[in-house]
Amino acid sequence: MDGFAHQIIAGIATGGIYASVALALVMIYQATHHVNFAQGEMATLSTFIAWSMVEAGIPYWLAFLGTVVVSFIIGVLVERLLMRPVQNAPVLTHVGVFIGLLLIVGNMTGWIFGYTTKVFPSPFASSGPLMGGLVSAHELGSTAVTLVVLILVFLFFRYTSLGLAMRAAAYNPRSARLVGIRVGWMLALGWGLAAAIGAVAGMMVAPVVFLDPTMMTGILLYAFAGALIGGIDNPLGAVIGGFAVGVLENLAGAYVVGTELKLTVALAIIIGVLVVRPSGLLGRVVTSRV
Amino acid sequence: MLLEVKGLQAGYGQIHVLHGLDFIVEEGGVTALLGANGAGKTTTLRAICGMIRTEGDITLRGERITGRATEDIARRGLAHVPDGRGTFMELSVEENFRLGAYVRSDGEVRSDFERMFEWFPRLKQRWRQQAGTLSGGEQQMLAIARALLLRPKLLLLDEPSFGLAPLIVQEIFGIMRRIRDESGVGILLVEQNANLALELADRAYLLETGRIVVSGPAAEIREDESIRRSYLGY
Ligand SMILES: Nc1ncnc2c1ncn2[C@@H]1O[C@H](COP(=O)(O)OP(=O)(O)OP(=O)(O)O)[C@@H](O)[C@H]1O
Ligand SMILES: [Mg+2]
Repeated sequence: MDGFAHQIIAGIATGGIYASVALALVMIYQATHHVNFAQGEMATLSTFIAWSMVEAGIPYWLAFLGTVVVSFIIGVLVERLLMRPVQNAPVLTHVGVFIGLLLIVGNMTGWIFGYTTKVFPSPFASSGPLMGGLVSAHELGSTAVTLVVLILVFLFFRYTSLGLAMRAAAYNPRSARLVGIRVGWMLALGWGLAAAIGAVAGMMVAPVVFLDPTMMTGILLYAFAGALIGGIDNPLGAVIGGFAVGVLENLAGAYVVGTELKLTVALAIIIGVLVVRPSGLLGRVVTSRV
Repeated sequence: MLLEVKGLQAGYGQIHVLHGLDFIVEEGGVTALLGANGAGKTTTLRAICGMIRTEGDITLRGERITGRATEDIARRGLAHVPDGRGTFMELSVEENFRLGAYVRSDGEVRSDFERMFEWFPRLKQRWRQQAGTLSGGEQQMLAIARALLLRPKLLLLDEPSFGLAPLIVQEIFGIMRRIRDESGVGILLVEQNANLALELADRAYLLETGRIVVSGPAAEIREDESIRRSYLGY
Protein backbone atom coordinates (compact mmCIF):
# COMPACT_ATOMS: atom_id res chain seq x y z
CA MET A 1 0.00 0.00 0.00
CA ASP A 2 2.84 2.34 0.86
CA GLY A 3 4.37 1.46 -2.46
CA PHE A 4 1.19 2.47 -4.22
CA ALA A 5 0.95 5.78 -2.32
CA HIS A 6 4.55 6.47 -3.18
CA GLN A 7 3.92 5.82 -6.85
CA ILE A 8 1.10 8.35 -6.76
CA ILE A 9 3.20 10.98 -5.00
CA ALA A 10 6.15 10.40 -7.31
CA GLY A 11 3.68 10.69 -10.19
CA ILE A 12 2.49 14.04 -8.93
CA ALA A 13 6.09 15.24 -8.67
CA THR A 14 6.94 14.34 -12.27
CA GLY A 15 3.43 15.37 -13.29
CA GLY A 16 4.26 18.88 -12.11
CA ILE A 17 7.17 18.92 -14.55
CA TYR A 18 4.92 17.78 -17.39
CA ALA A 19 2.30 20.31 -16.33
CA SER A 20 4.84 23.15 -16.51
CA VAL A 21 6.11 22.17 -19.94
CA ALA A 22 2.53 21.56 -21.11
CA LEU A 23 1.65 25.07 -19.96
CA ALA A 24 4.60 26.48 -21.90
CA LEU A 25 3.42 24.62 -25.01
CA VAL A 26 -0.15 25.87 -24.60
CA MET A 27 0.94 29.48 -24.09
CA ILE A 28 2.74 29.54 -27.41
CA TYR A 29 0.02 27.53 -29.10
CA GLN A 30 -2.66 30.00 -28.03
CA ALA A 31 -0.73 32.92 -29.43
CA THR A 32 0.55 31.33 -32.65
CA HIS A 33 -1.53 28.17 -33.22
CA HIS A 34 1.68 26.22 -33.52
CA VAL A 35 3.25 23.70 -31.16
CA ASN A 36 6.81 24.64 -30.27
CA PHE A 37 8.59 21.30 -30.72
CA ALA A 38 11.79 22.96 -29.53
CA GLN A 39 10.41 23.75 -26.07
CA GLY A 40 12.19 20.75 -24.54
CA GLU A 41 15.55 21.54 -26.11
CA MET A 42 15.28 25.15 -24.98
CA ALA A 43 14.62 23.96 -21.42
CA THR A 44 17.64 21.64 -21.61
CA LEU A 45 19.85 24.51 -22.71
CA SER A 46 18.53 26.55 -19.78
CA THR A 47 19.34 23.71 -17.38
CA PHE A 48 22.90 23.55 -18.73
CA ILE A 49 23.21 27.28 -18.17
CA ALA A 50 22.12 26.74 -14.57
CA TRP A 51 24.57 23.85 -14.26
CA SER A 52 27.51 25.95 -15.43
CA MET A 53 26.55 28.73 -13.02
CA VAL A 54 26.46 26.27 -10.11
CA GLU A 55 29.78 24.77 -11.29
CA ALA A 56 31.22 28.29 -11.28
CA GLY A 57 30.41 28.49 -7.56
CA ILE A 58 27.28 30.62 -7.73
CA PRO A 59 24.83 29.70 -4.92
CA TYR A 60 21.98 27.48 -6.12
CA TRP A 61 19.06 29.86 -5.78
CA LEU A 62 20.98 32.73 -7.34
CA ALA A 63 21.83 30.47 -10.29
CA PHE A 64 18.17 29.44 -10.41
CA LEU A 65 17.04 33.06 -10.61
CA GLY A 66 19.75 33.99 -13.11
CA THR A 67 18.76 31.05 -15.32
CA VAL A 68 15.10 32.06 -15.29
CA VAL A 69 16.04 35.58 -16.38
CA VAL A 70 18.49 34.44 -19.07
CA SER A 71 15.95 31.90 -20.38
CA PHE A 72 13.28 34.57 -20.56
CA ILE A 73 15.62 36.72 -22.66
CA ILE A 74 16.49 33.77 -24.91
CA GLY A 75 12.77 33.11 -25.44
CA VAL A 76 12.14 36.73 -26.38
CA LEU A 77 15.10 36.70 -28.78
CA VAL A 78 13.97 33.47 -30.44
CA GLU A 79 10.59 35.04 -31.17
CA ARG A 80 12.03 38.36 -32.38
CA LEU A 81 14.78 36.90 -34.55
CA LEU A 82 13.42 33.55 -35.77
CA MET A 83 9.65 33.47 -35.45
CA ARG A 84 8.76 37.00 -36.34
CA PRO A 85 10.09 36.86 -39.91
CA VAL A 86 7.94 33.79 -40.67
CA GLN A 87 4.82 34.75 -38.75
CA ASN A 88 2.65 34.97 -41.86
CA ALA A 89 4.25 32.03 -43.62
CA PRO A 90 2.40 28.75 -44.24
CA VAL A 91 2.18 26.02 -41.60
CA LEU A 92 4.93 23.90 -43.16
CA THR A 93 7.37 26.78 -42.90
CA HIS A 94 6.62 26.95 -39.20
CA VAL A 95 7.14 23.25 -38.74
CA GLY A 96 10.45 23.62 -40.57
CA VAL A 97 11.55 26.49 -38.36
CA PHE A 98 10.57 24.63 -35.18
CA ILE A 99 12.47 21.52 -36.24
CA GLY A 100 15.41 23.69 -37.23
CA LEU A 101 15.30 25.40 -33.85
CA LEU A 102 15.13 22.03 -32.10
CA LEU A 103 18.20 20.76 -33.96
CA ILE A 104 20.16 23.99 -33.56
CA VAL A 105 19.50 24.36 -29.84
CA GLY A 106 20.03 20.64 -29.21
CA ASN A 107 23.31 20.48 -31.11
CA MET A 108 24.52 23.76 -29.69
CA THR A 109 23.91 22.46 -26.18
CA GLY A 110 25.84 19.28 -26.94
CA TRP A 111 28.65 21.19 -28.62
CA ILE A 112 29.10 23.68 -25.78
CA PHE A 113 28.57 21.39 -22.80
CA GLY A 114 29.43 17.95 -24.21
CA TYR A 115 27.37 14.78 -24.40
CA THR A 116 28.47 13.15 -21.15
CA THR A 117 25.78 12.86 -18.50
CA LYS A 118 26.15 15.35 -15.67
CA VAL A 119 24.91 15.34 -12.13
CA PHE A 120 22.68 18.30 -11.43
CA PRO A 121 22.26 19.35 -7.80
CA SER A 122 18.95 19.44 -5.99
CA PRO A 123 18.46 22.25 -3.49
CA PHE A 124 16.28 19.92 -1.43
CA ALA A 125 18.48 16.82 -1.36
CA SER A 126 20.15 17.35 2.02
CA SER A 127 17.56 15.76 4.27
CA GLY A 128 16.65 12.13 3.58
CA PRO A 129 13.20 10.63 2.87
CA LEU A 130 10.25 12.33 4.57
CA MET A 131 6.87 11.21 5.84
CA GLY A 132 8.12 7.72 6.69
CA GLY A 133 9.84 7.19 3.35
CA LEU A 134 6.75 8.05 1.34
CA VAL A 135 8.30 10.97 -0.44
CA SER A 136 11.80 12.27 -1.05
CA ALA A 137 12.77 15.81 -0.14
CA HIS A 138 13.36 16.57 -3.79
CA GLU A 139 9.94 15.32 -4.84
CA LEU A 140 8.30 17.47 -2.21
CA GLY A 141 10.45 20.53 -2.94
CA SER A 142 10.18 20.35 -6.71
CA THR A 143 6.41 19.89 -6.51
CA ALA A 144 6.22 22.99 -4.31
CA VAL A 145 8.35 25.00 -6.75
CA THR A 146 6.24 23.82 -9.67
CA LEU A 147 3.03 24.74 -7.89
CA VAL A 148 4.35 28.19 -6.99
CA VAL A 149 5.30 28.80 -10.63
CA LEU A 150 1.90 27.63 -11.90
CA ILE A 151 0.06 29.80 -9.37
CA LEU A 152 2.18 32.85 -10.20
CA VAL A 153 1.50 32.37 -13.91
CA PHE A 154 -2.20 32.02 -13.20
CA LEU A 155 -2.29 35.18 -11.06
CA PHE A 156 -0.31 37.07 -13.70
CA PHE A 157 -2.71 36.22 -16.51
CA ARG A 158 -5.83 36.59 -14.41
CA TYR A 159 -5.18 39.80 -12.51
CA THR A 160 -2.52 41.99 -14.16
CA SER A 161 -3.32 44.24 -17.07
CA LEU A 162 -0.23 43.02 -18.94
CA GLY A 163 -1.48 39.45 -18.53
CA LEU A 164 -4.88 40.50 -19.81
CA ALA A 165 -3.28 42.24 -22.79
CA MET A 166 -1.31 39.09 -23.61
CA ARG A 167 -4.50 37.03 -23.56
CA ALA A 168 -6.28 39.61 -25.71
CA ALA A 169 -3.43 39.59 -28.23
CA ALA A 170 -3.57 35.80 -28.42
CA TYR A 171 -7.36 35.58 -28.80
CA ASN A 172 -7.84 38.43 -31.21
CA PRO A 173 -4.78 40.29 -32.50
CA ARG A 174 -6.76 42.65 -34.74
CA SER A 175 -8.96 43.89 -31.92
CA ALA A 176 -5.96 44.03 -29.60
CA ARG A 177 -4.23 46.47 -31.96
CA LEU A 178 -7.34 48.64 -31.97
CA VAL A 179 -7.07 49.17 -28.21
CA GLY A 180 -3.39 50.02 -28.56
CA ILE A 181 -1.80 46.72 -27.51
CA ARG A 182 1.59 46.09 -29.13
CA VAL A 183 0.74 42.59 -30.30
CA GLY A 184 4.23 41.76 -31.57
CA TRP A 185 5.74 42.40 -28.16
CA MET A 186 3.03 40.42 -26.40
CA LEU A 187 4.04 37.43 -28.54
CA ALA A 188 7.68 37.90 -27.65
CA LEU A 189 6.78 38.15 -23.95
CA GLY A 190 4.79 34.93 -24.29
CA TRP A 191 7.86 33.17 -25.71
CA GLY A 192 9.97 34.59 -22.90
CA LEU A 193 7.54 33.37 -20.24
CA ALA A 194 7.26 29.94 -21.85
CA ALA A 195 11.05 29.63 -21.93
CA ALA A 196 11.30 30.70 -18.28
CA ILE A 197 8.68 28.14 -17.21
CA GLY A 198 10.50 25.47 -19.23
CA ALA A 199 13.75 26.42 -17.51
CA VAL A 200 12.24 25.86 -14.06
CA ALA A 201 10.88 22.50 -15.19
CA GLY A 202 14.33 21.55 -16.53
CA MET A 203 16.08 22.48 -13.29
CA MET A 204 13.54 20.57 -11.22
CA VAL A 205 13.73 17.37 -13.27
CA ALA A 206 17.49 17.32 -13.92
CA PRO A 207 18.44 15.94 -10.45
CA VAL A 208 16.12 13.00 -11.10
CA VAL A 209 16.92 12.08 -14.71
CA PHE A 210 20.49 13.47 -14.86
CA LEU A 211 21.55 16.14 -17.28
CA ASP A 212 22.44 15.50 -20.89
CA PRO A 213 21.46 17.19 -24.15
CA THR A 214 18.54 14.82 -24.75
CA MET A 215 17.19 15.12 -21.21
CA MET A 216 13.87 16.73 -22.16
CA THR A 217 13.02 14.66 -25.25
CA GLY A 218 10.84 12.17 -23.41
CA ILE A 219 9.49 14.81 -21.08
CA LEU A 220 8.29 16.91 -23.98
CA LEU A 221 6.36 13.92 -25.25
CA TYR A 222 4.64 13.44 -21.88
CA ALA A 223 3.95 17.15 -21.63
CA PHE A 224 2.47 17.14 -25.11
CA ALA A 225 0.27 14.21 -24.10
CA GLY A 226 -0.83 16.19 -21.04
CA ALA A 227 -1.56 19.27 -23.13
CA LEU A 228 -3.62 17.19 -25.55
CA ILE A 229 -5.61 15.60 -22.74
CA GLY A 230 -6.41 19.01 -21.31
CA GLY A 231 -7.03 20.58 -24.70
CA ILE A 232 -4.14 22.31 -26.41
CA ASP A 233 -5.87 25.69 -26.13
CA ASN A 234 -6.75 25.39 -22.44
CA PRO A 235 -3.99 26.34 -19.95
CA LEU A 236 -5.72 24.99 -16.86
CA GLY A 237 -6.67 21.81 -18.70
CA ALA A 238 -3.07 21.35 -19.83
CA VAL A 239 -1.82 21.66 -16.27
CA ILE A 240 -4.34 19.11 -15.01
CA GLY A 241 -3.51 16.91 -17.99
CA GLY A 242 0.19 17.13 -17.16
CA PHE A 243 -0.37 15.97 -13.59
CA ALA A 244 -2.67 13.19 -14.79
CA VAL A 245 -0.08 11.91 -17.26
CA GLY A 246 2.57 11.96 -14.53
CA VAL A 247 0.50 9.80 -12.19
CA LEU A 248 -0.63 7.51 -14.99
CA GLU A 249 2.89 7.05 -16.27
CA ASN A 250 4.18 6.12 -12.82
CA LEU A 251 1.40 3.68 -12.09
CA ALA A 252 1.67 2.10 -15.51
CA GLY A 253 5.43 1.87 -15.16
CA ALA A 254 5.22 0.27 -11.70
CA TYR A 255 2.32 -2.11 -12.15
CA VAL A 256 1.46 -2.63 -15.80
CA VAL A 257 4.11 -2.28 -18.48
CA GLY A 258 7.34 -1.78 -16.51
CA THR A 259 9.73 1.15 -16.85
CA GLU A 260 11.04 0.03 -20.24
CA LEU A 261 7.74 0.68 -21.95
CA LYS A 262 6.73 3.82 -20.10
CA LEU A 263 7.30 6.12 -23.03
CA THR A 264 4.94 4.01 -25.07
CA VAL A 265 2.23 5.01 -22.61
CA ALA A 266 2.69 8.65 -23.57
CA LEU A 267 2.48 7.83 -27.27
CA ALA A 268 -0.61 5.74 -26.68
CA ILE A 269 -2.24 8.62 -24.81
CA ILE A 270 -1.38 11.10 -27.58
CA ILE A 271 -2.74 8.89 -30.34
CA GLY A 272 -5.76 7.88 -28.27
CA VAL A 273 -6.76 11.48 -27.54
CA LEU A 274 -6.16 12.60 -31.12
CA VAL A 275 -8.39 9.84 -32.41
CA VAL A 276 -11.16 10.01 -29.85
CA ARG A 277 -11.39 13.71 -28.97
CA PRO A 278 -9.11 15.97 -31.01
CA SER A 279 -10.10 19.03 -28.95
CA GLY A 280 -8.92 17.36 -25.75
CA LEU A 281 -10.86 15.80 -22.94
CA LEU A 282 -11.19 19.17 -21.22
CA GLY A 283 -11.12 21.18 -24.47
CA ARG A 284 -12.49 24.65 -24.01
CA VAL A 285 -15.84 25.23 -25.63
CA VAL A 286 -16.17 28.86 -26.61
CA THR A 287 -19.78 29.82 -26.38
CA SER A 288 -20.64 32.45 -28.91
CA ARG A 289 -23.71 33.90 -30.48
CA VAL A 290 -24.01 35.66 -33.79
CA MET B 1 -9.69 70.30 -37.69
CA LEU B 2 -10.13 66.88 -36.05
CA LEU B 3 -9.48 64.68 -39.06
CA GLU B 4 -8.32 65.78 -42.47
CA VAL B 5 -7.99 63.30 -45.32
CA LYS B 6 -6.39 64.25 -48.63
CA GLY B 7 -5.91 62.11 -51.72
CA LEU B 8 -6.54 58.88 -49.83
CA GLN B 9 -5.79 55.79 -51.89
CA ALA B 10 -5.97 52.29 -50.54
CA GLY B 11 -6.67 48.72 -51.59
CA TYR B 12 -5.91 45.07 -51.07
CA GLY B 13 -2.86 43.66 -52.83
CA GLN B 14 -3.18 44.56 -56.50
CA ILE B 15 -6.78 45.75 -56.16
CA HIS B 16 -7.31 49.49 -55.85
CA VAL B 17 -10.46 50.32 -53.94
CA LEU B 18 -10.15 53.99 -52.98
CA HIS B 19 -9.18 56.40 -55.75
CA GLY B 20 -8.23 59.58 -53.96
CA LEU B 21 -10.68 60.66 -51.28
CA ASP B 22 -10.76 64.14 -49.74
CA PHE B 23 -12.85 64.73 -46.66
CA ILE B 24 -12.85 66.17 -43.18
CA VAL B 25 -14.36 65.35 -39.80
CA GLU B 26 -15.00 68.29 -37.52
CA GLU B 27 -14.54 68.40 -33.75
CA GLY B 28 -17.41 67.18 -31.65
CA GLY B 29 -19.85 66.34 -34.41
CA VAL B 30 -21.04 63.37 -36.37
CA THR B 31 -19.94 62.94 -39.97
CA ALA B 32 -21.69 60.26 -41.98
CA LEU B 33 -20.05 58.23 -44.73
CA LEU B 34 -22.68 56.60 -46.91
CA GLY B 35 -22.71 54.44 -49.97
CA ALA B 36 -23.89 51.20 -51.50
CA ASN B 37 -22.41 47.77 -50.77
CA GLY B 38 -18.84 47.57 -51.95
CA ALA B 39 -18.43 51.34 -52.33
CA GLY B 40 -15.39 51.30 -50.04
CA LYS B 41 -16.73 52.57 -46.71
CA THR B 42 -15.16 49.85 -44.60
CA THR B 43 -11.97 50.18 -46.60
CA THR B 44 -11.87 53.90 -45.82
CA LEU B 45 -12.08 53.23 -42.07
CA ARG B 46 -9.44 50.51 -42.31
CA ALA B 47 -7.15 52.89 -44.18
CA ILE B 48 -7.57 55.63 -41.56
CA CYS B 49 -6.51 53.37 -38.73
CA GLY B 50 -3.63 51.76 -40.55
CA MET B 51 -5.01 48.28 -41.06
CA ILE B 52 -4.23 48.23 -44.80
CA ARG B 53 -1.64 49.72 -47.13
CA THR B 54 -2.48 53.38 -47.67
CA GLU B 55 -1.32 56.40 -49.64
CA GLY B 56 -2.26 60.02 -49.19
CA ASP B 57 -2.39 62.36 -46.22
CA ILE B 58 -4.34 61.59 -43.09
CA THR B 59 -3.92 64.02 -40.22
CA LEU B 60 -5.47 63.75 -36.77
CA ARG B 61 -5.53 67.18 -35.12
CA GLY B 62 -2.68 68.25 -37.33
CA GLU B 63 -0.51 65.17 -36.79
CA ARG B 64 0.11 62.97 -39.80
CA ILE B 65 -0.86 59.35 -39.10
CA THR B 66 -0.63 57.84 -42.59
CA GLY B 67 1.36 54.62 -42.64
CA ARG B 68 1.66 54.29 -38.88
CA ALA B 69 0.92 51.03 -37.08
CA THR B 70 -2.68 50.52 -35.92
CA GLU B 71 -1.67 50.35 -32.26
CA ASP B 72 0.19 53.66 -32.53
CA ILE B 73 -2.79 55.32 -34.18
CA ALA B 74 -5.03 54.01 -31.39
CA ARG B 75 -2.62 55.41 -28.82
CA ARG B 76 -2.94 58.80 -30.52
CA GLY B 77 -6.63 58.87 -29.74
CA LEU B 78 -8.39 57.14 -32.59
CA ALA B 79 -10.89 54.42 -31.67
CA HIS B 80 -12.46 52.11 -34.22
CA VAL B 81 -15.47 49.84 -33.94
CA PRO B 82 -14.85 47.69 -37.04
CA ASP B 83 -17.39 45.67 -38.94
CA GLY B 84 -17.63 42.51 -36.88
CA ARG B 85 -17.35 44.75 -33.80
CA GLY B 86 -13.87 43.95 -32.53
CA THR B 87 -14.89 42.83 -29.07
CA PHE B 88 -13.06 40.04 -27.29
CA MET B 89 -15.63 37.24 -27.42
CA GLU B 90 -13.74 34.90 -25.07
CA LEU B 91 -13.37 37.54 -22.37
CA SER B 92 -15.87 38.99 -19.92
CA VAL B 93 -17.58 42.35 -20.24
CA GLU B 94 -15.36 43.61 -17.44
CA GLU B 95 -12.20 42.46 -19.21
CA ASN B 96 -13.36 44.10 -22.44
CA PHE B 97 -13.79 47.34 -20.49
CA ARG B 98 -10.33 47.05 -18.98
CA LEU B 99 -8.85 46.41 -22.41
CA GLY B 100 -10.62 49.44 -23.84
CA ALA B 101 -8.78 51.59 -21.33
CA TYR B 102 -5.55 49.58 -21.62
CA VAL B 103 -3.30 52.41 -22.84
CA ARG B 104 -4.62 54.99 -20.42
CA SER B 105 -2.65 55.95 -17.35
CA ASP B 106 -4.89 58.71 -16.00
CA GLY B 107 -6.82 58.03 -12.81
CA GLU B 108 -10.26 58.47 -14.32
CA VAL B 109 -10.80 55.04 -15.80
CA ARG B 110 -13.15 54.00 -12.99
CA SER B 111 -15.32 57.07 -13.36
CA ASP B 112 -15.44 56.45 -17.12
CA PHE B 113 -16.70 52.94 -16.38
CA GLU B 114 -19.56 54.56 -14.44
CA ARG B 115 -20.25 56.82 -17.37
CA MET B 116 -20.51 53.81 -19.68
CA PHE B 117 -23.00 52.22 -17.26
CA GLU B 118 -25.11 55.35 -17.56
CA TRP B 119 -25.13 55.13 -21.32
CA PHE B 120 -25.30 51.33 -21.46
CA PRO B 121 -27.07 50.15 -18.30
CA ARG B 122 -27.47 46.68 -19.78
CA LEU B 123 -23.71 46.16 -19.72
CA LYS B 124 -23.60 46.66 -15.98
CA GLN B 125 -26.00 43.76 -15.53
CA ARG B 126 -23.79 41.61 -17.72
CA TRP B 127 -20.54 42.61 -16.04
CA ARG B 128 -19.11 39.11 -15.46
CA GLN B 129 -20.64 37.50 -18.52
CA GLN B 130 -18.53 36.28 -21.44
CA ALA B 131 -18.86 38.77 -24.31
CA GLY B 132 -19.56 35.99 -26.81
CA THR B 133 -22.76 35.11 -24.97
CA LEU B 134 -24.26 38.62 -25.15
CA SER B 135 -27.09 39.38 -27.54
CA GLY B 136 -26.19 41.11 -30.79
CA GLY B 137 -27.37 44.48 -29.51
CA GLU B 138 -25.45 44.10 -26.26
CA GLN B 139 -22.34 43.16 -28.19
CA GLN B 140 -22.63 46.30 -30.29
CA MET B 141 -23.04 48.34 -27.11
CA LEU B 142 -19.99 46.68 -25.63
CA ALA B 143 -18.04 47.42 -28.79
CA ILE B 144 -18.92 51.12 -28.60
CA ALA B 145 -18.19 51.27 -24.86
CA ARG B 146 -14.86 49.53 -25.36
CA ALA B 147 -13.94 52.11 -28.02
CA LEU B 148 -15.05 55.09 -25.93
CA LEU B 149 -12.98 53.90 -22.96
CA LEU B 150 -9.88 54.80 -24.95
CA ARG B 151 -11.09 58.38 -24.46
CA PRO B 152 -10.61 58.92 -28.16
CA LYS B 153 -10.53 62.21 -30.01
CA LEU B 154 -12.20 60.48 -32.92
CA LEU B 155 -14.47 57.44 -33.00
CA LEU B 156 -14.92 55.42 -36.20
CA LEU B 157 -18.11 53.36 -36.31
CA ASP B 158 -18.66 50.77 -39.04
CA GLU B 159 -22.38 49.99 -39.44
CA PRO B 160 -23.47 49.87 -35.79
CA SER B 161 -26.95 48.87 -36.93
CA PHE B 162 -25.79 45.83 -38.87
CA GLY B 163 -27.81 42.70 -38.23
CA LEU B 164 -29.88 44.19 -35.40
CA ALA B 165 -33.64 44.35 -34.95
CA PRO B 166 -35.19 47.79 -35.67
CA LEU B 167 -36.00 48.40 -32.01
CA ILE B 168 -32.42 47.74 -30.94
CA VAL B 169 -31.17 49.98 -33.75
CA GLN B 170 -33.38 52.78 -32.41
CA GLU B 171 -31.96 52.21 -28.93
CA ILE B 172 -28.37 52.32 -30.15
CA PHE B 173 -28.93 55.47 -32.20
CA GLY B 174 -30.56 57.04 -29.16
CA ILE B 175 -27.45 56.27 -27.13
CA MET B 176 -25.23 57.64 -29.90
CA ARG B 177 -27.17 60.88 -29.81
CA ARG B 178 -26.46 61.14 -26.09
CA ILE B 179 -22.79 60.36 -26.66
CA ARG B 180 -22.61 63.07 -29.31
CA ASP B 181 -24.21 65.62 -26.99
CA GLU B 182 -22.49 64.65 -23.74
CA SER B 183 -18.98 63.55 -24.64
CA GLY B 184 -17.57 65.91 -27.26
CA VAL B 185 -15.93 63.06 -29.17
CA GLY B 186 -15.92 63.40 -32.96
CA ILE B 187 -17.64 60.55 -34.78
CA LEU B 188 -17.19 59.24 -38.30
CA LEU B 189 -20.21 57.02 -38.90
CA VAL B 190 -20.50 54.49 -41.70
CA GLU B 191 -24.08 53.33 -42.25
CA GLN B 192 -26.29 51.46 -44.68
CA ASN B 193 -29.32 52.98 -43.06
CA ALA B 194 -28.89 56.44 -44.67
CA ASN B 195 -32.02 57.94 -43.19
CA LEU B 196 -31.00 57.23 -39.60
CA ALA B 197 -27.43 58.32 -40.19
CA LEU B 198 -28.44 61.61 -41.81
CA GLU B 199 -30.70 62.38 -38.86
CA LEU B 200 -27.78 62.05 -36.48
CA ALA B 201 -25.04 63.60 -38.62
CA ASP B 202 -24.02 67.20 -39.25
CA ARG B 203 -22.16 66.48 -42.44
CA ALA B 204 -22.27 63.62 -44.89
CA TYR B 205 -20.23 62.18 -47.73
CA LEU B 206 -21.52 59.83 -50.34
CA LEU B 207 -19.14 57.23 -51.66
CA GLU B 208 -19.47 55.43 -54.98
CA THR B 209 -16.89 52.88 -56.14
CA GLY B 210 -14.07 54.48 -54.24
CA ARG B 211 -14.85 58.12 -55.02
CA ILE B 212 -16.77 60.77 -53.15
CA VAL B 213 -19.67 61.85 -55.36
CA VAL B 214 -21.68 64.04 -53.01
CA SER B 215 -20.78 65.99 -49.91
CA GLY B 216 -22.50 68.60 -47.79
CA PRO B 217 -24.55 69.30 -44.68
CA ALA B 218 -26.56 66.24 -43.69
CA ALA B 219 -29.83 68.17 -43.56
CA GLU B 220 -29.46 69.33 -47.16
CA ILE B 221 -28.67 65.87 -48.45
CA ARG B 222 -31.67 64.52 -46.62
CA GLU B 223 -33.91 67.05 -48.32
CA ASP B 224 -32.48 66.58 -51.80
CA GLU B 225 -34.77 64.19 -53.58
CA SER B 226 -32.56 63.57 -56.60
CA ILE B 227 -29.63 62.52 -54.40
CA ARG B 228 -31.89 60.31 -52.38
CA ARG B 229 -33.27 58.67 -55.51
CA SER B 230 -30.00 58.13 -57.32
CA TYR B 231 -27.69 57.23 -54.44
CA LEU B 232 -29.58 56.35 -51.31
CA GLY B 233 -32.46 54.45 -52.86
CA TYR B 234 -35.39 55.65 -50.82
N1 LIG C 1 -10.01 41.87 -47.51
C1 LIG C 1 -10.28 42.20 -48.79
N2 LIG C 1 -9.54 41.71 -49.79
C2 LIG C 1 -9.78 42.04 -51.08
N3 LIG C 1 -10.76 42.87 -51.47
C3 LIG C 1 -11.54 43.39 -50.51
C4 LIG C 1 -11.35 43.09 -49.13
N4 LIG C 1 -12.27 43.77 -48.41
C5 LIG C 1 -13.00 44.45 -49.29
N5 LIG C 1 -12.57 44.24 -50.57
C6 LIG C 1 -13.13 44.84 -51.78
O1 LIG C 1 -13.07 46.25 -51.64
C7 LIG C 1 -14.25 46.85 -52.15
C8 LIG C 1 -14.85 47.75 -51.11
O2 LIG C 1 -15.22 46.97 -50.00
P1 LIG C 1 -15.69 47.61 -48.63
O3 LIG C 1 -15.78 46.50 -47.66
O4 LIG C 1 -14.82 48.75 -48.28
O5 LIG C 1 -17.14 48.11 -49.01
P2 LIG C 1 -18.25 48.72 -48.08
O6 LIG C 1 -18.60 50.04 -48.64
O7 LIG C 1 -17.86 48.68 -46.66
O8 LIG C 1 -19.44 47.71 -48.33
P3 LIG C 1 -20.54 47.13 -47.33
O9 LIG C 1 -21.62 48.13 -47.25
O10 LIG C 1 -21.00 45.88 -48.01
O11 LIG C 1 -19.89 46.86 -46.02
C9 LIG C 1 -15.17 45.71 -52.58
O12 LIG C 1 -15.09 45.60 -53.96
C10 LIG C 1 -14.60 44.50 -51.92
O13 LIG C 1 -14.76 43.37 -52.71
MG1 LIG D 1 -18.51 47.63 -44.94
